Amino acid sequence: MASHAIVETTHEENYLQYKGRHGGLWSWIFSTDHKRIGILYMIGMFAFFVVAITLGLLMRLEQLTMGPTIMQPSTYNKVFTLHGVIMIFLFIVPGITATFGNFFLPIQIGAKDVAFPRLNLFSWWLYVIGAVTALVAVFTGMADTGWTFYVPYSVRTGTNVTLAVLAAFILGFSSILTGLNFVTTVHRMRAPGMGWFRMPLFVWGLYATAWIQVLATPVVGITLLLIILERTLGIGIFDPALGGDPILYQHLFWIYSHPAVYLMVLPGMGVVSEIIPTFARRNIFGYKAIAYSSVGIALVGTLVWGHHMYTSGQSYTAAVVFSFLTFLVAIPTAIKVFNWVATLYKGSIRVELPLLYAMAFIFHFSIGGFTGLMNAAISVDVHIHDTYFVVGHFHYTMFGGTVFAMFGALYYWLPKMFGRMYGQKIGITAFVLQVIGFNMLYFTMMVMGYMGMPRRYYDHLPQFHDGHIIATVGSWFLVAGLFLMIGNLVWSVFKGAKAEDNPWGGTTLEWQIPSPPPLENFDKIPQVERGPYEHTPVEVSK
Amino acid sequence: MSQHTESVVAHKHPSDFVGAKIGMWLFLFTEVLLFGGLFLLYAVYRAKYPVDFHLAATELDTFIGTVNTLLLLTSSLTVVLSIEALQRGNRKLSIGMLATTILFGLGFMVNKYFEWGHKIEHGLYPGSEKLLSHSQGEITFFQLYYAMTGLHGLHVLVGMAVLGGVLYFIARKPVNKEHMNPTILRRFQGAARLAVISDNGNELGTVARIDEDVRNIDIRISYEHGEKRFDPRNLIKLENSALYWHLVDVIWIFLFPLFYLIT
Repeated sequence: MASHAIVETTHEENYLQYKGRHGGLWSWIFSTDHKRIGILYMIGMFAFFVVAITLGLLMRLEQLTMGPTIMQPSTYNKVFTLHGVIMIFLFIVPGITATFGNFFLPIQIGAKDVAFPRLNLFSWWLYVIGAVTALVAVFTGMADTGWTFYVPYSVRTGTNVTLAVLAAFILGFSSILTGLNFVTTVHRMRAPGMGWFRMPLFVWGLYATAWIQVLATPVVGITLLLIILERTLGIGIFDPALGGDPILYQHLFWIYSHPAVYLMVLPGMGVVSEIIPTFARRNIFGYKAIAYSSVGIALVGTLVWGHHMYTSGQSYTAAVVFSFLTFLVAIPTAIKVFNWVATLYKGSIRVELPLLYAMAFIFHFSIGGFTGLMNAAISVDVHIHDTYFVVGHFHYTMFGGTVFAMFGALYYWLPKMFGRMYGQKIGITAFVLQVIGFNMLYFTMMVMGYMGMPRRYYDHLPQFHDGHIIATVGSWFLVAGLFLMIGNLVWSVFKGAKAEDNPWGGTTLEWQIPSPPPLENFDKIPQVERGPYEHTPVEVSK
Repeated sequence: MSQHTESVVAHKHPSDFVGAKIGMWLFLFTEVLLFGGLFLLYAVYRAKYPVDFHLAATELDTFIGTVNTLLLLTSSLTVVLSIEALQRGNRKLSIGMLATTILFGLGFMVNKYFEWGHKIEHGLYPGSEKLLSHSQGEITFFQLYYAMTGLHGLHVLVGMAVLGGVLYFIARKPVNKEHMNPTILRRFQGAARLAVISDNGNELGTVARIDEDVRNIDIRISYEHGEKRFDPRNLIKLENSALYWHLVDVIWIFLFPLFYLIT
């Protein structure tokens, strides 16, 4: 019995202190611990995020005046391509899944790790290899095709498309492996009592995401591979001169790349579904509806790719069907929004930064969603196709939606991940700057797009000049807010006040363990006996 | 000081056979989708150029194609026999069957080499002048032919490498290597020694003292080399690799009629 006493009094190491068989950097980059891998992804992704923000800032600066401002037209083409490639493939596709998903999926289902820890580490290494390939591509003549690599231009241009495409292929492979790891984890690693409808909604979001990663990514993989074959071996499967059809490329590309946008946003919706019940101190309204709607979005989202091609020459019938299916996506999305708002109704709301970001998510995503419906309507889309309206729309969903949810997740889980609290006042200042800057920038872009400002143009006509000034000034506010936030968070990780184990009164499993979590998450695998968001104990009436 | 013993071996990666199978099936699913993109392209172009595809297919050597089909089908049989042998504890037969499988794969690749070499000799390869003088449909047929059988050939090579790796694992003297639970290790540092104790409490031998410098302990268990002994984890490795091999086989079964038999 003496041994038990020793066990209980020993202070358990948390995952940050654990040394392992290697010291220093090696104990991180060869660690199979899902928490460390999550943080590795976070470091890499935010480094690239800062690079891509800077590129975006430069693009806005170029549009401040008419004519050349700070760069040449060919540079501008490369800058927007690089901005897109980094933001999509290196930042937002791994996004919440690879960072918070890796860190919290096993903890939230009561497991010690993911199903295949070594494969998980391999995914991260593939991410690094893909990132390095992308960097090499940048310094050997960056592609100027836009992130979509449309043929025939991507096959004809003299810039280094091959390496950029190879980078996207490797990153896609990394994403597939994460997806199959997560699907297996959710099926096999849930703690006893953790039934499907006791899983936190973040896990549901990740589960739906993981399926999209598995189902959609291989198709873009083969498509990108064919571009490489066409450029290196002359196998011109999409080349009209050789009997090929470039529109087929667009089909295959969007078969992945449209589901990919749901792959980006579903984990963000999962985060919002975590934050709102915690800060409203209420069980979530419509748990099952939100869970099913995640799967619904994933399902319908795979059948709508044709709405990117209304003007590319697909049959009218196909366009009508794609338009209809696209409208259908609005239903599960709206179900989520209504349920979140209904959860807040009569809740004991505590306003903290994570909740503010969740609110900003709902606000931005609603605008992004409605403008998405405008894009889905064929007659409208023919006019606004390839204008700033589309650019504004997807920034509202991706940036205002997913990325704001990710910031919310950062604030929400920072105390758990590092055992430190963030600086509240600076955080709120940054939040206000971001929201003002974001809306100045992208709402103005949508208005300009509706008036006819085309996307990817180096220069603009005089009637758009005022709009461009407003948008560029907005980008300054936005970037100031972003850097203030990142600085604040980095400072908090090292110097912030010590955080409690459960500062928000959260009810999911990650809040039942110490902050930062111990190496193996749980001393004993927990027995789950209730749903994820039951805030008040059940009253027994006599 | 009272002496107490604890089980120090932590299974950091517990073997979940069902989980491993799920993972493998999901991976196969992604492979099917990868080839699915190519089959989709084939379907579209076949519908667009039916006559040209028919003409171009006459240039392919049905005999070599048939031999290769037989080779791959038989190799699927031998890999299953290898699994069955290992399940019955017959390691030697399992290894033999696995080696045969790899040889069949090699035979397939050798055939492929001569087949492609023959075509390239005759100037039928992407971008060649002779091919470009053909009709657009025939060009497309040969581009798809090279892309699809090429990607498939790459998969055959990968499959052979994977099976070779499993063969090495099965042939190797079975060794279990375990990590000691690091949180438990922490308690022992500087004040303990590691011993091996049998069922009835007899100390079989002291291995080492654990002082402060020891950060990590691996425990290796080497089994006596016996005919029937194998590490059960090798079985799942073999089964999963065999699944992959079957997939490579199945893809060929579709490629064969689509390219060779549509004349």
